[in-house]
Amino acid sequence: MIAEELPKIAAQEQEDQLQFKHHIFVCSGTACVSAHSDQIQAALEKDIEERGLGHVCSITGGGCRGLCASGPMVSVEPQGILYQGVKVEDSAEILDSLNSQPVKRLECSTEAPFFSRQKKIVLEYAGKLDPERIEAYIAAGGYTALLKVLTEMTPQQVIEQITRSGLRGRGGAGYPTGLKWSTVAKAQGEHKYVICNGDEGDPGAFMDRSVMEDYPFKILEGMTIAAYAVGADQGYVYVRAEYPLAVKRLKAAIRQAQKNNLLGNNIGGTTFNFQIDVRLGAGAFVCGEETALIASIEGKRGTPRPRPPYPAEHGLWGCPTLINNVESYANITPIIRNGTDWYTAIGTEKSKGTKVFSLTGTINNTGLIEVPMGISLREIIFDIGGGIPNGKHFKAVQTGGPSGGCIPEQYLDISVDYDSLLHLGTYMGSGGMIVMDETSCMVDVARYFMEFCMSESCGKCVPCRVGTAQMYDLLNKITKGEASLDDLAMLEELAEMVKSTSLCGLGQGAPTPVQSTLRYFRDEYLAHIVDKVCPAGVCKIYHHAEVFS
Amino acid sequence: MTRTRLATVWLDGCSGCHMSFLDIDEQLLVLADQIELVYSPLVDRKDFPEDVDVTLIEGAVSSEEDLEKIRRIRERTHILISLGDCAVTGNVPSLRNSIGAEPVLRRAYLDPTLLNPQIPNQVIPRLLPLVRPVHSVVKVDIYVPGCPPSANTILYVLTELLAGRTPDLNGKTRFGA
Amino acid sequence: MSRVVTLKINDQDVSGREDETILELARENGIFVPTLCHLEGLSDIGACRLCLIEIKGVPKLMPACVVRAQEGMEVYTESERLKKYRRMVIELLFVEGNHVCSVCVSNGHCELQYLAQKLGVDHIRLEYRSPKREVDASHERFVLDHNRCILCTRCVRVCGEVEGAHTWDLLGRGIQSRVITDLNQPWGDAESCTSCGKCVQVCPTGALTAKGKAVGEMTKHQGFLTTLALMRENDR
Repeated sequence: MIAEELPKIAAQEQEDQLQFKHHIFVCSGTACVSAHSDQIQAALEKDIEERGLGHVCSITGGGCRGLCASGPMVSVEPQGILYQGVKVEDSAEILDSLNSQPVKRLECSTEAPFFSRQKKIVLEYAGKLDPERIEAYIAAGGYTALLKVLTEMTPQQVIEQITRSGLRGRGGAGYPTGLKWSTVAKAQGEHKYVICNGDEGDPGAFMDRSVMEDYPFKILEGMTIAAYAVGADQGYVYVRAEYPLAVKRLKAAIRQAQKNNLLGNNIGGTTFNFQIDVRLGAGAFVCGEETALIASIEGKRGTPRPRPPYPAEHGLWGCPTLINNVESYANITPIIRNGTDWYTAIGTEKSKGTKVFSLTGTINNTGLIEVPMGISLREIIFDIGGGIPNGKHFKAVQTGGPSGGCIPEQYLDISVDYDSLLHLGTYMGSGGMIVMDETSCMVDVARYFMEFCMSESCGKCVPCRVGTAQMYDLLNKITKGEASLDDLAMLEELAEMVKSTSLCGLGQGAPTPVQSTLRYFRDEYLAHIVDKVCPAGVCKIYHHAEVFS
Repeated sequence: MTRTRLATVWLDGCSGCHMSFLDIDEQLLVLADQIELVYSPLVDRKDFPEDVDVTLIEGAVSSEEDLEKIRRIRERTHILISLGDCAVTGNVPSLRNSIGAEPVLRRAYLDPTLLNPQIPNQVIPRLLPLVRPVHSVVKVDIYVPGCPPSANTILYVLTELLAGRTPDLNGKTRFGA
Repeated sequence: MSRVVTLKINDQDVSGREDETILELARENGIFVPTLCHLEGLSDIGACRLCLIEIKGVPKLMPACVVRAQEGMEVYTESERLKKYRRMVIELLFVEGNHVCSVCVSNGHCELQYLAQKLGVDHIRLEYRSPKREVDASHERFVLDHNRCILCTRCVRVCGEVEGAHTWDLLGRGIQSRVITDLNQPWGDAESCTSCGKCVQVCPTGALTAKGKAVGEMTKHQGFLTTLALMRENDR
């Protein structure tokens, strides 16, 4: 294919779509599939066929609408009707209503704050795009960015545009993406590689999974643009094996892109060559760390190594390597298509654009959201998230996964951006947001995350390997009401040491939940230690004679 | 001149630290002029006296009796010294910590061919589930590792204390010395 | 050719080549920096964290074994903070395994024991983990005692990088990690093992020892590594 053919494919697809009066999209994201949306789709397909509606009504799997708590979701376009909590037996009723009023009982208002307060860039065309067909993606404007880059821009111009956009790495630390690209572009190497980090492993985080499942082409396109900018000829998407649907869709997308000459040799009729392969992780959290991930792709034990040298200089097989997170790549095509002015208008001064969060915990609207940077936590939790269920009271929100911290109520009005969160002793992280009410014990929460870090530590460096285990034991002792104030002092000393001396981000971040809960909820620790009670009633403290065990 | 009231205690250990103490040889006579040995396996006294200036602890805390003893000793001692690896780290007695107390008792009392094999539950103090170094149970002021610490090291510690100084053991002894 | 640079270690002017590490420069200049995973002649992995140093203008602590000299660098190796962290690393290693110096064949020749003394660790404040670990005495000449292993992976590296046998590797992760021979076979059954004994010589503790040694009798000789490294360099 050459550049001129792209609009033809788009036009053909649009024409094909126009012959249908209705397009039914059944959410095919993991959350809805686990609520049997695949059976719903099968039932609808069967009913459409039986009723002979095949020529007026198309049905396809669609991407995630975000409101996972209310799934399975079904939408009818172009009428813009959204149904929630659909069951297999609702199929007939939905089809009956196609030419009349929507099914009131199932209707989900798209006017609700959950939808209206979001800003979708990464999750654009949310739910209204078949993730398994490249034609659908092209019809929605896909690959125009790549062809524009390949035919009209120099690599330097691409990097400039990304730099000017102010995009920062969405994997957690917020490193300026343009700067990273420019470093890799300048690095000397016979080969260069581009890696997409899809090893999302934070408990309660599913942003990247959803983006990979719903927008595989967008990631491939973003990676290809990156490869052109830095001069790479081979790319890898590193996905954890626990995301089979994402793997399936990415592999299918790679095949279709190759078939359409949008990946492989002479992409879009130009002289640019770039291949992408999928590599599966075996479920080790530490492989989300870039040097461990690279070791894993190389077929070695997935353990991190000291940096510098950074992968930009010395990465995969010793070659300069660009490694970005899934969401970062998903931001590339919108920035190229719409320009930097458009992008920099969204967000705060130092954090541009949007951020995708997975909203979980004790919150009404559990699901996937995308919000502009700078929005307040209160808006996210109470407007978009719909507040705390069962009349309970908000206590804290945990961001940044096992390396992040808890933010208490008094900071709910803080702006959500990289720097403000850092200031509060937590960090943006990849986008997990766990809301907790008064039934959560903060010591227990800290213990939970420490257990996670302890079992996910790779074991290479001493502070992380042994320090996390010792901290976990101390936290356990506290939750059992067996700890002393000396134990608390030792916990704090260990936390400080493990944070300062660990080799990689896993160990350096592991003490954050402890330090953050101690910062804001120290009284709860003291209640367990001094008064031997768990204020939230979560920890079981038995009052017994002192024992040594 | 009032003499320094010194006590030495033998918990779960092999008595090697006490032997090393005695190896000070003729210097013992010099020490003897300055101290009053108020409690020790070497003297015949059943209860630990009040107001002891310095107590040397040999051995780890292994039994309920050890635990009770060390707490009382701590209350009645100004300067408590963990003498030797058993007191400082748990050492050989703590080798059982990875398997627990039960297999040890079984090996000692049930495995040998005895007339009426049984694990004693009277008179002999019960073992704690874990053997502990002294400082994990009570506050310790000075640590003298070594298995055993050499006679010179012990003499140095006591001489410094008698002179009213805090002994600096840096480089003088180590675990397993 | 590497450039020669001048820098400061603990306010002392030192000069070195750009391809030299801070650890090498410190040792050349008689500045003590403790290490356990590092061994001259093997690749450096920065895992034990004992050689962490402060570099002016760098917010994070860096391992001296992998950081290269740079012009104008100001390095500090002896701050109170570093000393505190080093002692804690030693404490963590002591609680992780079952290190009973008094009955160890390497007593008096053990790098962990030496560093504890050198760094002033006279007792361990943390709770001992007392793990239940095995001893593999299946090899006809050597013994592997997991109780004394500190996972420095010198054995793994010397076997892979110098002997070229790659008999040793790691199994499991985190606090469950342990060294294995072949695909977790008893050492005596490990077909790739050439019984060269290099792993035994480089092991800093009594985890890898020769059979038939009594307490304190196991001494180790690591000079062969630098000799081999030199010979290989000359061959090139």
